[in-house]
Amino acid sequence: MPVPKLLGLETEYGIVHRGVEDPNPVSASSLLINAYLSNRHTPGMGPSSPRIGWDFVDESPQNDARGFGHLGSMVPEVETHLVNAVLTNGARYYVDHAHPELSTPECADALAAVCHDRAAELILIESMTAANAVLPDGEELVIYKNNSDGKGNSYGCHENYLMDRKTPFAKIVQHATTHFVTRQLFTGSGKVGCEAPWVPEGSVPFQITQRADFFEEEVGLETTLKRPIINTRDEPHADPLLYRRLHVIVGDANLCEVATFLKLGTTAIVLAMVEEEFLDPAFGIADPVRALQQVSWDTCLKQQLALVDGRTASAVDVQWELLEQAEKYILQRGTGLIGGPVAELVIRRWEAVLASLESRPTDLVGVVDWISKKYLLDGLMERHGLEPGDVRLAALDLQYHDLRPDRSLFRRVGAEVLIAEEEAITAMEQPPIDTRAYFRGRCLQKWPESIVAANWDSMVFDLGGETLRRVPMMEPTRGTDEHVGTLLDECETVADLLHRLSS
Amino acid sequence: MAEQEQRRPTRGEKESAEPVDVGPAQSVSRGSERLKGELDDLLDEIDEVLESNAEEFVKSYIQKGGE
Repeated sequence: MPVPKLLGLETEYGIVHRGVEDPNPVSASSLLINAYLSNRHTPGMGPSSPRIGWDFVDESPQNDARGFGHLGSMVPEVETHLVNAVLTNGARYYVDHAHPELSTPECADALAAVCHDRAAELILIESMTAANAVLPDGEELVIYKNNSDGKGNSYGCHENYLMDRKTPFAKIVQHATTHFVTRQLFTGSGKVGCEAPWVPEGSVPFQITQRADFFEEEVGLETTLKRPIINTRDEPHADPLLYRRLHVIVGDANLCEVATFLKLGTTAIVLAMVEEEFLDPAFGIADPVRALQQVSWDTCLKQQLALVDGRTASAVDVQWELLEQAEKYILQRGTGLIGGPVAELVIRRWEAVLASLESRPTDLVGVVDWISKKYLLDGLMERHGLEPGDVRLAALDLQYHDLRPDRSLFRRVGAEVLIAEEEAITAMEQPPIDTRAYFRGRCLQKWPESIVAANWDSMVFDLGGETLRRVPMMEPTRGTDEHVGTLLDECETVADLLHRLSS
Repeated sequence: MAEQEQRRPTRGEKESAEPVDVGPAQSVSRGSERLKGELDDLLDEIDEVLESNAEEFVKSYIQKGGE
C-alpha cells in the first residue's frame, strides 16, 4: 500500500570564518546559530522562543533497514552537546560535525519543501548578518550552500521520504538507484574538477554533480565513509510498524528552485510507483556506482549506461522511461498520495526539462544549477581566454554557492522563481499546515515557556508539576491545521491542551 | 506558480529543431537566445565581485567532511 509521500530536506552548509588564524568550524557554527536564535528572541519579533532543545530519546541512527546490526559499519554519531534548536516553523537548526545544518519541517509536497528550503537559506543569511554584527572588526562568517570543498571533503544535502514499512527494501534499492543515477541530469549543481582519487588530474575539467565522486557502494549504512547510493539508516521517526523513512544521501544541494522542486517531486513519484509495484522488475542499471560517475562526468549527455537486461541507454533515455511510467501511474492511480496538483506540475516540468536537455540545454540556465554554472564558466573562459584548470574557474565555482546576496554568483543568473519572497519569509516562522510539523510549530509559538524539548515524533511539556508530559506524534499526517487547528486556537494553556488531547 | 498550456513532446518530436515550449513564462528562451549584451553585463558583474585573490580564496576554502 502506498502512503502519502511526506518529505523534507536536511542541508549541511559550508562555513568559513575569515580574519582568524586558526578557524574552528564547530564553534563558528555554534556562534552562527546562536546569533540567529538571539536575533529572533528580540522582543517584538513575535512569540517565538526558539531556545528549546532537541530531544534525543528516540534517535537510533544505527538501525539498518535491511534488518541486521551494524557490525563493521561506521555508526553515525549523535552529538548531543552541540547547539540544537527547534524553530517555530517546525524545523531543526543545529551543529552537525563541523557544519551548520538545517532540517526542514515535514512537508506534504515538493513545492512546500522548496518554500521551506528557501526559508532555510533566508535563516542562514540572517544568521550570518547577526553573527557578523557581534564579531570583531576584520572577522566574518561566510556560508556556502554546496557539498564539496574541492579537496576531497564532502558534506551532504539529504532528502527524506515517508514510505510504507511493508515495501520490501530490495525493491526500493533497485528502482530508486535507477532514478538517483539518472536524475543527476537535473539535480546536479556542477563542479569544476574531479575528487575521485583514482582519476588523473585534469581529465574531468567540469562535471554535473558535486557528490558523485564520493560514492563507492550501492547500499550501506555509512554517510561519511564508503558512501552508498542507497543509505539503509532505519530510523522512521514515526510508527515503525507502519512506516519507514527513506534517507537519501546521494543528492546535491541546489540553488535553482526548479532543481530542488524536481529532485523532490520526481523522487516522491518514483517511490510511490515502487510501493505499488508499478515498475518493471527487469528495469535497472547494471553497475550503478560506475554509472553514477559516468553520468556526472559526461556533460555532453551521450554516455551509454549498461542496463541489467543487457541493453544500453543514456541517462536521458532512462529518465524518459521513468517519466512515461509516472504519467501512466498518475492516470491509473491519481495524485492523492503524491502531492495532488503539485504532482501534475512535477510531471510537466520533468517533461520540459528532459526535452530541453536533448534539444537545447542552455534553455535551462536559471532552471538547472550545473547548466547555469557552466554558462558562467564558459563565459568567463571566453572573455579572458582562460584554460581549463585556471584557478579563477574554481573560484567562480565556489562563489556560485556563496549565500551573501551581494557576493552570490547564482543570484546574478536571474533564476526562475517558484516561491515568492514573502512566502519564504513567512515560512521562516510558520510551519506547513498539512503535516504534524503544524502541531510542533504552533505549540512552540503559543507555549514556548512550557515546552522542555521537542523532536520529530514527540514533544515534552512541563506543567509545573513533578512529572513532565510527553505527547507522542507517531503519525506524521496528523497534527495538521485541519486536525488540531481549532483545538490549538481554543486552548489557552498547555494544561487545557493536554486535557483535551487525552479526553 | 503560473499555469500554462503546454504541448506534450513525444519521443519523435524531440529530434526536431523547434524548441519545445516549456513551463512558466520566465524560463522561455533563455540561454542561446539571450542577448550577447546580457551575458556581457553578467560577466562585467562577475569580474567585479569575483574574489580578487582567487588563488588564496580557493586554497583556503577547506571544510571538514560532514553528514
